[in-house]
Amino acid sequence: MAAKDDLGRRGETLAADYLADAGMQLVERNWRCQQGEIDIVLRDGDETVFVEVKTRSSLAFGHPLEAITTAKLARLRRLAGAWCEAHPGQYRGIRIDAVAIVVPAFGAVLIEHLRRVF
Amino acid sequence: MAVARTHAVSLLGLRGATVEIEADVSSGLPAFVLIGLPDAALGEAKHRVSAAVTNAGCELPHHKITVNLSPAALPKHGSGFDLGIALAILAADGTIGAASIDRVVHLGELGLDGRLRPIAGILPAVVAARAAGFDTVLVPTGNVDEANLVPDVRVVGVASLLDAVIWHGGEFSPVEVQPILRAAEGAEPGDDTLDLSDVIGSTDSVEAMLVAAAGGHHVFLLGPPGAGKTMLAARLPGLLPELDRAAAIEVSSLRSLAGMPVGRALPTRPPLESPHHTATAAALIGGGSGLIRPGAAARASHGVLFLDEAPEFPASVLDALRQPLESGVITIHRANSVAHFPGSFQLVMAANPCACGQSGARDTECTCTPMAKRRYLGRISGPLLDRIDIQVRVQRITSARVRVSEGEPRLSTREGRTRVLAARAAAGARLGGTPWTLNSHVPGTWLRGTRMRLAAATTASIDRALERGGITMRGYDRVLRLHKRCKLHTLDSSTEGTSWRQTHDEPRRSTSANPLTFKKGWTDSASVAPRSQRPRASR
Repeated sequence: MAAKDDLGRRGETLAADYLADAGMQLVERNWRCQQGEIDIVLRDGDETVFVEVKTRSSLAFGHPLEAITTAKLARLRRLAGAWCEAHPGQYRGIRIDAVAIVVPAFGAVLIEHLRRVF
Repeated sequence: MAVARTHAVSLLGLRGATVEIEADVSSGLPAFVLIGLPDAALGEAKHRVSAAVTNAGCELPHHKITVNLSPAALPKHGSGFDLGIALAILAADGTIGAASIDRVVHLGELGLDGRLRPIAGILPAVVAARAAGFDTVLVPTGNVDEANLVPDVRVVGVASLLDAVIWHGGEFSPVEVQPILRAAEGAEPGDDTLDLSDVIGSTDSVEAMLVAAAGGHHVFLLGPPGAGKTMLAARLPGLLPELDRAAAIEVSSLRSLAGMPVGRALPTRPPLESPHHTATAAALIGGGSGLIRPGAAARASHGVLFLDEAPEFPASVLDALRQPLESGVITIHRANSVAHFPGSFQLVMAANPCACGQSGARDTECTCTPMAKRRYLGRISGPLLDRIDIQVRVQRITSARVRVSEGEPRLSTREGRTRVLAARAAAGARLGGTPWTLNSHVPGTWLRGTRMRLAAATTASIDRALERGGITMRGYDRVLRLHKRCKLHTLDSSTEGTSWRQTHDEPRRSTSANPLTFKKGWTDSASVAPRSQRPRASR
């Protein structure tokens, strides 16, 4: 596995733990369909939360949040619909969040969680 | 996450409006939104600010940044808002104190490396900031001299964004940078080099220029090539009194707005603008899409606008001058705004009598047909000529005249200016208690009023010319104005019995053409005035 995939994987685990600590229940990780992949699906009270995680090892190429583009969010919105279709049930509401993680070689890990980005 | 605000100035014409720059940093994916009717140059501020902030060693917040320029409905132009935008964002993010930038006006364009570039129009912008009650202005180092011309305001020059951040209490260590200065300005040719004593022979014309300088009258010089029209016109600013402080700030502001260099000190001498005859209406009175820039006429405000070869100007361009000549203000209307510029210039037009230029010259033959002659000067419209008080026929100097005048004392610019100052002082005393200071500003109603009215016998001939349609009511008032100037001997105190005084002391009644000599002066009325305006008796 390439180093970048390893970093991404590690970031997603960090994010899932962080969100679980924040009081959300993990529903599914790395859900895939034909259109792509959802990093994390959680339940926060009545809402179903779809999370895009972006991890970087430094800020040299910009903040991880800057890499979450409108096109990426639009795809996530379509995937959320596909997920709901694949999992029939009652959905009071859905939400799309973003989590940025910076994992420097030395020093503390930075985690930033933005709610309702789309 | 917070909101911070600071101020900048948006210029419309010479008037500036303070603009509040609000920056909000809110939770959201990184984005930079600039709202409040920015034009293209201002819209690009986003990219300049992002690069400059990063390269200055500060950091832009990785969140949604919204910058609002308020009042949101006022269109804003140019790059002078960069510094304010950058500081407002940094204050909203907590890098510097929001209270520190709140009462300061920030002007300046950012370079990508974080240095500040000087901008045009600093002087009127600082004047507007002071008028709006601000006492501190941050400007680029390259604009400090210009901004310092405005009294009673604290001007802080900063070379880079980092310097500005440190000035506002940001905790960074200063980095020495090479400040960006304006391009070195060429030395202005002073009008001291042009002395009135260079003019040989044409005493009449010199006297006419003195009267024009004393009363602020517009002049039309007509004569063959080589008669010295340009020479005379170029010496008129030298005869005018020094600019007072308000006028000097206005002159400098207009130069600044036009993007021309403004020196370290306020100018003391009136400006001379001599646009080429290919100038467009926009070049002459001002214009442009988006940012409305002053034209040559506005830059000549408080000075002289000299139009050499006036008939060669397009008629529409010349006629664009009619409104400023009458009102002293240049108003430019655009779909979304109206700009006002001062337009209190003194107009000097020079023209050859015909296309070949030899008409009326003593030694050569004119080859133009009468029709061609009429058409040539007909390019200057009647309504424009009607607004010109003094029309002078300038003759070529003969060798005999040169020899005769070699021994004669000639009037120097210094002496001329002394006489003009005395005349203006006398006019000021006479017009005391009225809102006018110069003869050319006095409205006809006042001249024709009970206090200043001339004897019926004196005005009989111009009354008749008016009845016949030889002159218009405006022309009538202009004759009266000039008469006031000459009758009061204000110019003649130092020279006894000049030809000007002898000829024009009173509107003479001996020939019916003469009352108009003030207005139609030495012009060959048959060739200048449209047929309907010609005093019949002169033919």
